[in-house]
Amino acid sequence: MILDKKLSVSASPHDHSKDTVTRIMLDVVIALVPSLIAAFFLFGPRTLIVSAVSVGTCVLAEYLSRIVMKRHQTIADLSAVVTGLLIAFNVPTSMPLWMVVLGDIFAIVVVKQMFGGIGMNFVNPALATRIMLIASFPTEMAKWNAPFSWKTEATTTASPLGEIKNIFRSGTINDDSFAELPSLMDMFLGKRAGSLGEVCAIALIIGLIYLLARRVIKITIPLSYVGSFAVIMFIAGGFNLTFLAYQVLSGGLLLGAIFMATDYTTSPINFKGQVIFGICCGILTALIRLFGNLPEGVSFAIILMNILVPHIEHLTTPKPFGTVKEKKKKGAEG
Amino acid sequence: MSLKRPEGVLKAVKQVRGGVHVSHHKNTADMEVVRITPPKKIVLPMQQHIGAPCEPTVKVGDIVSVGQVVGDTDKFVSAPIHSSVSGKVVAVGDVSLPSGVVTKGVTIESDGEMTPYEGIKPPVIETREDFVKAVRASGLVGLGGAGFPTHVKLAFPKEKNIDTLIINAAECEPYITVDYRECLENSKNIIGGIQLLQKWLEIPNVIIAIEDNKPQAFKALQKIAGEFKVKDNVKLMTLKSVYPQGAEKMMVQSATGRRVPPGKLPADVGCLVMNVASAAFIGRYMRTGRPLVSRSMTVDGSAIAEPKNVRVPIGTSISEIIDFCGGFKEEPEKILSGGPMMGMAVFSTDVPMIKSNNAILAFSKGDAALKKERDCIRCGRCSAACPMSLMPTLIERYAKIGDVERLNKIGINVCMECGSCAYSCPAGKPLVQYMRLAKSVVREAAKK
Repeated sequence: MILDKKLSVSASPHDHSKDTVTRIMLDVVIALVPSLIAAFFLFGPRTLIVSAVSVGTCVLAEYLSRIVMKRHQTIADLSAVVTGLLIAFNVPTSMPLWMVVLGDIFAIVVVKQMFGGIGMNFVNPALATRIMLIASFPTEMAKWNAPFSWKTEATTTASPLGEIKNIFRSGTINDDSFAELPSLMDMFLGKRAGSLGEVCAIALIIGLIYLLARRVIKITIPLSYVGSFAVIMFIAGGFNLTFLAYQVLSGGLLLGAIFMATDYTTSPINFKGQVIFGICCGILTALIRLFGNLPEGVSFAIILMNILVPHIEHLTTPKPFGTVKEKKKKGAEG
Repeated sequence: MSLKRPEGVLKAVKQVRGGVHVSHHKNTADMEVVRITPPKKIVLPMQQHIGAPCEPTVKVGDIVSVGQVVGDTDKFVSAPIHSSVSGKVVAVGDVSLPSGVVTKGVTIESDGEMTPYEGIKPPVIETREDFVKAVRASGLVGLGGAGFPTHVKLAFPKEKNIDTLIINAAECEPYITVDYRECLENSKNIIGGIQLLQKWLEIPNVIIAIEDNKPQAFKALQKIAGEFKVKDNVKLMTLKSVYPQGAEKMMVQSATGRRVPPGKLPADVGCLVMNVASAAFIGRYMRTGRPLVSRSMTVDGSAIAEPKNVRVPIGTSISEIIDFCGGFKEEPEKILSGGPMMGMAVFSTDVPMIKSNNAILAFSKGDAALKKERDCIRCGRCSAACPMSLMPTLIERYAKIGDVERLNKIGINVCMECGSCAYSCPAGKPLVQYMRLAKSVVREAAKK
């Protein structure tokens, strides 16, 4: 029997994996949830307000800019939600909401959509926003709420990063140097001052494990980033393990290494490129933290490396299968 | 299910880079190959292989029988075409290949007798040249799907020093189980084929390679390998089950660790790769002289009422084969000739199945749906999946802007269109289509 129905034809392959962009972004959102929960307990209900406002603004900004630019709608891919959450995670809990909104618009409209939308931005939108906010509102961006102070009366306190820098500059590092700082266990659990989503190391690591299990990211970038950072800090701290641990657990290192340096769009695709990228991020972060004027170096390090990604990519493009390496012939061949 | 590797069985020398883990859907693995009811009419296109098309050697009104040559050419890279039924030639003219390409063809109306051609007798072989000539006369082309005339592969010059014959039983395409059945049902001919290839081509080593997810076929092959003497050096090898393990270059790498350079053939690194069904065919042909007039194929997919493995006279239309398999149980949306990864979507069921078709798969609407194409997010899944170390997203970009120099530099021509990139793309990009676009951009530029 000859079929008279019109059949659909398309190029092979005719089977596809279940992965979709939306599912990947949803996985990132899920991976961020433990940190959000931690932030709620540490810094109070305002964390949820800041996050909701940030996510809402990002999605709305994306929606409107796609309309203005007359391009197909992309809010369903959830990438704006990820950006919104990451921006919220990168500001202090006490940040005035209008500043958060301003940052969101900057991230989505200027950094992301003006360059073509998802997959086209050359720097990470959340990090670019963090830097823009630090430059524009230095006071508000350095007003850290003390953990659990929301229950009684909101008090601000110094971020451990400044203190650690002073320890390094004093020149002598021994176990007494860290008396002023929260205990390492507190640092690990997030009982310290810092941006909304960066403080709780354990929650961030749970997120990392989830992303790895879901194969959303590979360990390459986080490991090479934190690894190279740790090596430098170990040497700089005179091989003091406590100094190293404080450095790794303070500031936004883990948030940056797990969630921002691994941003697909602004990191290299191939393994070799990712290793180079991660190591350079680690070195830059360490140098800025040790010798820079600002206490934190994560965002600057990653942004700088974002800009270099096309060059790293160019240098690490793999040779096609079977390409014979042209060795310079110097007498006997190996 | 993976199996334990018994002693004496080799393991892959080098693993395939990337690749994808597809759902296997080997639903027909336990189904014996059955002959279909002889078709009333067959259409034999003159282009059933890679290379030069044949010219019809019969005219309308001629009476032909099974195994009689109906098309041939003097060109080297080609293979003659034989009638697969006995009956009368009713038309010689343009016919459509499954791909939609129109070529010359011979249409034969069957008399239902299936009378064999009286000229059929086992070939007499005394030299290597005789052997290669006989393979050409058999009409054999690679039965694994590529359709490259086998005798061309065998006619390698002596100085190539081919030291390893790889019998490919990987069958990494989902759904298809005909090679699997071949191992189980046709061991005598497989042994015979290997012996002849080894004898006439003077190849010292033979590796029979199979993926580690096919325990029954593995056992059958183990028996086959056991039939050989120690000095024959016939070894069985298990490979990791990953798509596209069965691709020729991947096979060579897995079995020997050698890499075929871009633009070169396995012969350039001392290997000859042959599909297990092709080897079995050689074994049978040299015994009986019956040329390639039928082949096995898997008929499966969500729209097929009774999935089967069938033996089909070449030139039978898709619709007759599907009718034999109980017709459609759901309305088909997409029908493939070949597997879901590299097979081709056909535009009609009124096209003949040719020598290189190893499956017909029919899918209903839900299973045929494509992902909507979205923007690339640079996740890198395509590059990670590419067994040839290419960067599909870069190729797409260069193809769109027509940058021929860069396309050549990043190796577009080593792409074998296995589909691993497009399979793994979360943005639903039709990357294989972009690869083909890139190749045509390069081809066009070369013409100028």
